[in-house]
Amino acid sequence: MYQEVILDHYKNPHGRGLRDGDAEVHHVNPTCGDEITLRVKYDGTTIEDVSYEGQGCSISQASASVLNELLVGKDLADARKIQETFLELMQSKGRLEPDDAMEDVLEDAVAFAGVSKYPARVKCALLSWMAWKDATAQALGGAADAERKTA
Amino acid sequence: MTQLPGLLDTEAIRKDFPILDRQVHDGRKLVYLDNAATSQKPRQVLDALSEYYERYNANVHRGVHVLAEEATALYEGARDKVAEFINAPSRDEVIFTKNASESLNLVANMLGWADEPYRVDHETEIVITEMEHHSNIVPWQLLAQRTGAKLKWFGLTDDGRLDLSNINEVITEKTKIVSFVLVSNILGTVNPVETIIRRAQEVGALVCIDASQAAPHMPLDVQALQADFVAFTGHKMCGPTGIGVLWGRQELLEDLPPFLGGGEMIETVSMHSSTYAPAPHKFEAGTPPIAQAVGLGAAIDYLNAIGMDKVLAHEHALTEYAVKRLGEVPDLRIIGPTTAEDRGAAISFTLGDIHPHDVGQVLDEQGIAVRVGHHCARPVCLRYGIPATTRASFYLYSTPAEIDALVEGLEHVRNFFG
Repeated sequence: MYQEVILDHYKNPHGRGLRDGDAEVHHVNPTCGDEITLRVKYDGTTIEDVSYEGQGCSISQASASVLNELLVGKDLADARKIQETFLELMQSKGRLEPDDAMEDVLEDAVAFAGVSKYPARVKCALLSWMAWKDATAQALGGAADAERKTA
Repeated sequence: MTQLPGLLDTEAIRKDFPILDRQVHDGRKLVYLDNAATSQKPRQVLDALSEYYERYNANVHRGVHVLAEEATALYEGARDKVAEFINAPSRDEVIFTKNASESLNLVANMLGWADEPYRVDHETEIVITEMEHHSNIVPWQLLAQRTGAKLKWFGLTDDGRLDLSNINEVITEKTKIVSFVLVSNILGTVNPVETIIRRAQEVGALVCIDASQAAPHMPLDVQALQADFVAFTGHKMCGPTGIGVLWGRQELLEDLPPFLGGGEMIETVSMHSSTYAPAPHKFEAGTPPIAQAVGLGAAIDYLNAIGMDKVLAHEHALTEYAVKRLGEVPDLRIIGPTTAEDRGAAISFTLGDIHPHDVGQVLDEQGIAVRVGHHCARPVCLRYGIPATTRASFYLYSTPAEIDALVEGLEHVRNFFG
């Protein structure tokens, strides 16, 4: 479960700290008390920044760091694909062996495959991703809805 | 192997608990330190359960056939065993519930529907403490919301004890009920019952004690406690899940109204109204957890054969050893009393800024089972400014070697995340 990649992100998080954003959300995982405050900044449909501050277990904190590394600079449509693929992996209950195509999409996030075997920890891994999705909906409002319909 | 004065013969005792031989995670020996969540069950209890179902199973208090009579005798026999175990003046004061939560909810609902002088209403106050399990907070919040009563509580000191410095302001003439935990499930604190009860009696308030973490670990004498209600659960004291106990003083049980209605709790029923059976049956609507009560009776036999004073001495010795050994782990902070004085064998701690879920997961990989989180006592975590704790809790089969394994495991956790 604790892949080297995850521990690296936990000990040396990418993009941690709150910076300027278009929308801010605060999400909690009541089962273990993980918390994250996350802001998104968009330039059109390009993700200019995802900044965050939080406390919690290594899985939740490393996952936020990976999210920052993967999503910043991406177009919304690509980011959505990454988010959906990550969600699919995390909900696989350990039955999904990531193939090359999935690894191409998820990069470092593929290290979380092992977490999906632990139902108690899946929410930790998904916390920042759900927060990002929520913040994006708030930041882009109608624009995000239009995007979803054409997707 | 570490020898401490007062320890039980755990080698013999552990032979009674088949699950303790289990190996987990590819051959690692199970080190079960989650006893405050639930205890393991000895062979004697497992046998009593299967024997009940294989030979005696029937519904109680109704049939006239052999099985019904035998099942009833076993179920009521379990009530006798509980009454003796807690030194109840009468067996009719022992109500079977499904767990301690149900017992506490039952008290709250009895008082919510009661007539004077017991009724809780908008002019009265309810007193609890900040170290309660959610099961002794939420029922009182519900009662306060429904009746308009005011909910008050005792705060905590920095070293994990009740702050009773303002006891006369917290418990007042308006107080109808004081409900508090005898031994905290998260802090391990053993609370000063006498001081609280003396003040409650001065103002004529009823007292309810949550003994969930006490009944399994020390002699429990409801007459010596002088409380009005005592709640506990079977599964933490070697019994099965699904069986709890509420003890209440007889005159109260006679006066207070029933909560759940149904079969078994009535005397006569017409389409317009009903009259109720005497206590305890008035509070036991529907088919009760019969096999579970029988299992609890077997658990009590098992504990009595060892002796509750000996169980207490064993756990006290283990707690002294554990507090000392845990104190040697760098960055470890015990949340709760840091000595074994007036403290039970559940020890919560934080380890640097490593999240308890990570601590628990890495310990589990080594076969060590602990509890992580807020232990259904979130206000305690808020009080001490921590998101959660890791908790190790011991029982009559726990050994110093298991505490050593925990300390070694924690060193491994520190290296892993260090």
